Parts: sequence; C-alpha cells; structure tokens
Amino acid sequence: MGKTDTGDSTRMAGLAKRNRRTFIGEAAGGVIATLAASKAAAETLADVPPRMMGAPVSGRSERSSFAELSRIPESTAGKRNVAAADAINSKTPLQSLVGTITPSDLHYERSHAGVPDLDPAKHRLLIHGMAARPTVLRVADLRAMPSFSRIMFLECSGNGWENWKAADPSLTVQNMYGMLSTHEWTGVPLRALLDMVGRTADARWMLAEGGDGSGMARSIPLTDEILDESMVAYAQNGESLRPAHGFPLRLLVPGFEGNMSVKWLRRLKLGDQPFMTRWETARYTGLMPDGRARQFHLRQDVNSVITNPSGMMHIEPGYHRVSGIAWSGHGKIEKVEFSADGGLTWRRAQLNAPVLAKAQTRFEVDWEWDGSPAKILSRSTDEKGNIQPDRKTLVGELGTNAVFHYNAQQTWAVDRQGRVTNVLA
Amino acid sequence: MFLLRGLFLALALALCPAPVANAQSFGRPATAAEIALWDIDVRPDGKGLPAGSGSVARGKEVFAGNCAACHGTQGQGGLQDRLVGGVGSLATPAPVKTVGSFWPYATTLFDYIHRAMPYWAPGSLGVDDTYAVSAYILHLNGILPSDAVLDQHSLPQVKMPNREGFFVDKEFRRFVNAGR
Repeated sequence: MGKTDTGDSTRMAGLAKRNRRTFIGEAAGGVIATLAASKAAAETLADVPPRMMGAPVSGRSERSSFAELSRIPESTAGKRNVAAADAINSKTPLQSLVGTITPSDLHYERSHAGVPDLDPAKHRLLIHGMAARPTVLRVADLRAMPSFSRIMFLECSGNGWENWKAADPSLTVQNMYGMLSTHEWTGVPLRALLDMVGRTADARWMLAEGGDGSGMARSIPLTDEILDESMVAYAQNGESLRPAHGFPLRLLVPGFEGNMSVKWLRRLKLGDQPFMTRWETARYTGLMPDGRARQFHLRQDVNSVITNPSGMMHIEPGYHRVSGIAWSGHGKIEKVEFSADGGLTWRRAQLNAPVLAKAQTRFEVDWEWDGSPAKILSRSTDEKGNIQPDRKTLVGELGTNAVFHYNAQQTWAVDRQGRVTNVLA
Repeated sequence: MFLLRGLFLALALALCPAPVANAQSFGRPATAAEIALWDIDVRPDGKGLPAGSGSVARGKEVFAGNCAACHGTQGQGGLQDRLVGGVGSLATPAPVKTVGSFWPYATTLFDYIHRAMPYWAPGSLGVDDTYAVSAYILHLNGILPSDAVLDQHSLPQVKMPNREGFFVDKEFRRFVNAGR
C-alpha cells in the first residue's frame, strides 16, 4: 500500500464484503451506539413498529428519547467521575457527534468560579485604559452595532493533558479531547470597538476581565490577526449565549487557547504591557524539563484525533469508515493522514466540507480490519505547513510536565478481541 | 439641497475611512469615578495597587478565617491548591507549583486574592486584609519575616524566588518586550 493511497479502492472492496455481522460491529462503535433502544434491532420489515400519531407540536424541540447525548463533568487530569459541584470543566461527547458543529448544550465548558446567570439589563462592558474615549456599553448597544459571524473552534489549552506521562487505557475520546467544540458565534468586531474608544497607538495589550466570581482576566496581545478576527460575542449558533458560555457577553479570540475568550465579559483595559494575571503566570504556563516555564504560548497548534473507533469501543473485523476531527489555530486543515500500523505507513484521509480556518474539520478514511492487533492514528497538516508531531517528538521538545498544549498524534490500539484503547504510541 | 447632501457625503467619506462602526457612536462616556470602582488589576510594577497596609500577624488571622479550610492551616493544601513549599521541585518528575516555588510576582498574589478569593465570597476581604494575607502567605514561604508589613510601596519590591523562571513563547516575545 502506497503512503498516500486515497483508500477508495479498499472502500469498494470493503462494501462488497460487508455483511450483517460487520454492520452491527460498526454500529456498536458509531453514532448509532447513542440510540439506547437500538439493541433489539428489527430483523425483518415485519418487525418494524407500525406508524402512529405523534406527540403534539411543541414550542421547542427536544432530543429523541432514544438518543443519549451528554457531556461529562470532570476535575483536573486524574480526577474523573467527580461530583458536579467539584467539577471545573464539562467535556463534549466527540464520539457521538458527526459533522463539525457542536450542539449548543454540548459545547465544552470550563469555568473558574461556577456559572453566573447575569441580568443583561444590568450588565455593562467598560472599555478604558490607553484610550481617548473610555466608554460604557450596554448589551443593547452592542447588539445595535454592525455584527459578523464566524464558525470557529474553541479548545481548552489543557485538552489532551491525560496523556503527558502515561496512557490510562480506560479513557474515551471524550475524556481526553472533549474540551474542544465548534460553533458559529456572532458579535461585534473587536477592532471596531477599540477604534471607537480611540485606542492609542502604543496600546499593544488588552486585559479582558469576566464578571464571574473569579473576575477571570487575561492579557490579550493586540496583533493585527487578533484585532481583525476577534469579537465581543453575544450569540452562539444563532441564539443568545448560554450562561455556561458567557451570557450575555464574551470575548472570542479565534485560534488561541480557550481561556483567552473570556466569558461574562465586563471590562477591556488597554495597556502597553501584559498585566501578568494569575492565569497567565501561575496557571496557563508550560513547565519545561529544565524547570523554567513557557509563558504566553497562546496559539492552539495543529491537532487531530480519530473519534470512531476510539477508546473503550469494541469493533468487529471487516470494513470500517474511520472518522475523526482535525483542527489548527494557524488556519485551515490542509490534509489528514491515517495509519493503521502505528505510524509506519500513512495514507490520505478524505476531508469533508466545509473546511474552514480555525474550525473543526471532519475527516473520514476506509479501513479494512483483518482482526490482528493494530494501532490506528491520524496526523494533520495545516495550510501554514505545520505538521502534528508524534508523541516522541513533542515530549522530546517539551518534556512531560507542561500540562498544557498537548497536540501529539493520538494512537488507539486495537487488540485481537476488537477492544480499542488509549495508548501513548 | 442636493449640493448640501453632496457636501455631507464628501465630508463623511473624507473623515471616516475607518469601518462602519465608527460612523456612529455607541454607549456613553465612562466617568473617572465609576472606572475607579472596577479598575482592580495590579501590574508587576505596582501600578493599580490601592492605598492600605497589612501585617503578617494580621494575615495569620485572616488566613485562618478565610483560607485555611481549603488551603490547609499552614498553606500545605487540602481541598484546593497548595500554597507553600515545592522549591527545587520544578525540574523533577513531580513538580509542585506553589506561590513560593512558582509564582513570579508578589503583585499577582495581591491581584488574585483581591479579585477571586475567598472562593465563596470574592471581593469580601478589604484592601488592608488583602495586604495582610498576602504578607502571611509570603511569610509561610520564607519570603518575608514574621514582622513584615506590606503596602503599595513594599509589595512590588518583593523578589519572588522564581522571578526568573519564565520565558515568553517566541511568537509573542516582541510583544512582551516592546513595553519594557
């Protein structure tokens, strides 16, 4: 098999050989696994329940009673299955989702002092500091301004932190990569707001502060890229922000660590240097092998992960349409490659449209599993030429104490019984 | 009339080359008094520190009543982060990041306590008690003597053990250094 075989020929062969047994095997690892009552599958058309009158039309549509979709509230790495009150984040069920857009109630969540539900009538955004016209804006003022929308991913810089030192075989892709989501967000261009208040030429940094209990605050470097792409948002997927995601206002900085997209935003202060808050000194900095810490490593690097099949699933020999997601804070995904032999040989996966800059990209690739032990993994490349590193390269550069910004290729091992588990490589 | 409209248009084009948002003003001017209510951030050079002071002795009382339940009576950690010790551990396989071993700026300690602590009642400590409990935590780490008193002048002078322990990612190095 060539290193960049598209896999189309193997797909056709696989489809021809496909039988009921492999279909059920595939379903067990796929989206259909979320349908709770599908175990008693209809054997013939005579077993399909008759048509009947449905429920009344309602003001808001809910999920099917057969669909089970939920985030997992967790604490820091190594502290899973905690009580909701002790959780600091809640992770998206990537293994159950298709396409690229995350449903609004399943977008991952990370907060630093719980989730306030702020009264929009009383909420204010103050913009001040190195500006000619310090300004107070109501939510209604922002909603009256020219707006734009953008589909983009958000990712916690701690995403993937489970695998820095060891691979827990009991982890799912949701446990490991669930602090990643993609939405369409709508709001006011940051540059327009800062122009309006008369930002001075030497105001190169901006403190963004939340109205949550912790007053979460980050220093944002005002590069042209960040000024051009960022927004003060008031809507997600077409509706007002939900409290968990910053209602009524939040900052969004596409391509950078999620913590910078400050929720419950109430203050923007312009300055000539970083403010050195706790989060950008003691928290979101990466410890290197020599004991020094890398600071302001803000961009989310090129990444990808196979979501089906993935950790804790069970597969049967035969045809599999492997599916996963790729993303990069540098721009668009250029290509994704797939390996079923632990990275010895690679072939190109298909990228499903839409492929948008700084948004989740869906990839698929055919794989015929012969029943022998395998190691499957993906490797993404973005339009700037950044290639997702293998684990050895990443750890060789950063050591294993960094906690944040883990973007090594993720390997899933498949044993003879078809059990899929997390391994380091 | 047409001439006038044309003149306005020409003026608008000439004066407003910037985005559409600039053609209108939104919001209202912020007054200095209300900015002062919210302007709580403290920079490493001490800019933003309010007037006031607090001693290690007073800080011990404040800590016992507000912090010890989560951080341990001696800051050794408990339900929440350990605040004391860990010096010399950062390059080992099990680094312990505390105020004493990791935090680069004492000003950040004041800023964080003032804005975020205690967790269940953020902002409830007064300025003096925030100085005091900052002094106590620094004392627990052996950075300040037991008779120390902190205020807006002395706090920025405190040299943290790990002050030189950070480097800026290459992408933003010039941005951090430009203001220095």
